[in-house]
Amino acid sequence: MNLLRGFATTLKYLFEDKVTVQYPEEERPVRERFKGRHALKRYDNGLEKCIGCALCAAACPADAIWVEAAENTDEERYSPGERYAKTYEINMMRCIFCGYCEDACPTEAIVLEHEYRLTFSDRRDSIYTKEMLIDPPPPGVPGTPQQTEPGRYTRSIPEMKDPL
Amino acid sequence: MGVTQKLGDMGVVTLRLEDAVNWARTRAMWPMLFGLACCAIEMMSAQASNYDMSRFGMELMRPSPRQSDLMIVAGRVSRKMAPVLRQLYDQMPEPKWVLSMGDCASCGGIFNNYAIVQGVDEIVPVDVYVAGCPPRPEQLIHGILTLHERVKHERITDWA
Repeated sequence: MNLLRGFATTLKYLFEDKVTVQYPEEERPVRERFKGRHALKRYDNGLEKCIGCALCAAACPADAIWVEAAENTDEERYSPGERYAKTYEINMMRCIFCGYCEDACPTEAIVLEHEYRLTFSDRRDSIYTKEMLIDPPPPGVPGTPQQTEPGRYTRSIPEMKDPL
Repeated sequence: MGVTQKLGDMGVVTLRLEDAVNWARTRAMWPMLFGLACCAIEMMSAQASNYDMSRFGMELMRPSPRQSDLMIVAGRVSRKMAPVLRQLYDQMPEPKWVLSMGDCASCGGIFNNYAIVQGVDEIVPVDVYVAGCPPRPEQLIHGILTLHERVKHERITDWA
């Protein structure tokens, strides 16, 4: 009798909804706050938000970020303010996706997005450079470097109307 | 799978031997149970019914190295564990592959200190590295599919 009860349980699950996610074909959406691969953001005018302050590198508990800053000029402007990130590298194998860089960033330039497929055949491929991380400029807007009028972009950090 | 041609209506399909062997290898690649830390939880999750690695012919984790083809190093490897890992790798029959799962196994991750091996490729040859701390089960499955792609491109001359 117990045997039949056991078979009945098996039979019941045969007619229920399948729980398996057929991963490569079908994907389960990640949560809103999921932290995946990083992206470097731009302003609407195409300038980079990253100002090369390296606070993210200082906050990183795994020392996965390497930032090298250089000076902006009005002829070759990458970001508002004095400096921009000339080199921005993240070692995805060191990174533990904690999001401290996101919290440390004064201009909200670095954001952890929802991409999680990070597998490498060679460990040298795990270092993501600035070109791989940065978002493309918005449509119809030139990328960086831009030539700008002098005295316009003097602040590295945008003025906030309603700071918390 | 490189099926090259179909001969008329005879119901015959020809293909290269190495393609057939590589296909067979990717479809029955038994992983060795080598969970060392929190990544093992995600490995178990990838094995369980929600993600179900047996869809890729990974029916069950073998606790014995003699019956396994793929070593999933899931978690941080301490210096004390390193000789054990190498011994288990040596006991696995050829052909064998190593998948380094998670940051700690791949390069030490957050544990940059004297006690942790800074990447298992110091000890064993690693085929695929999976980033993440710990990786999602999808990420592990993606790594396994990357490994399958690698195995499919192995040539008969490399077998020797």
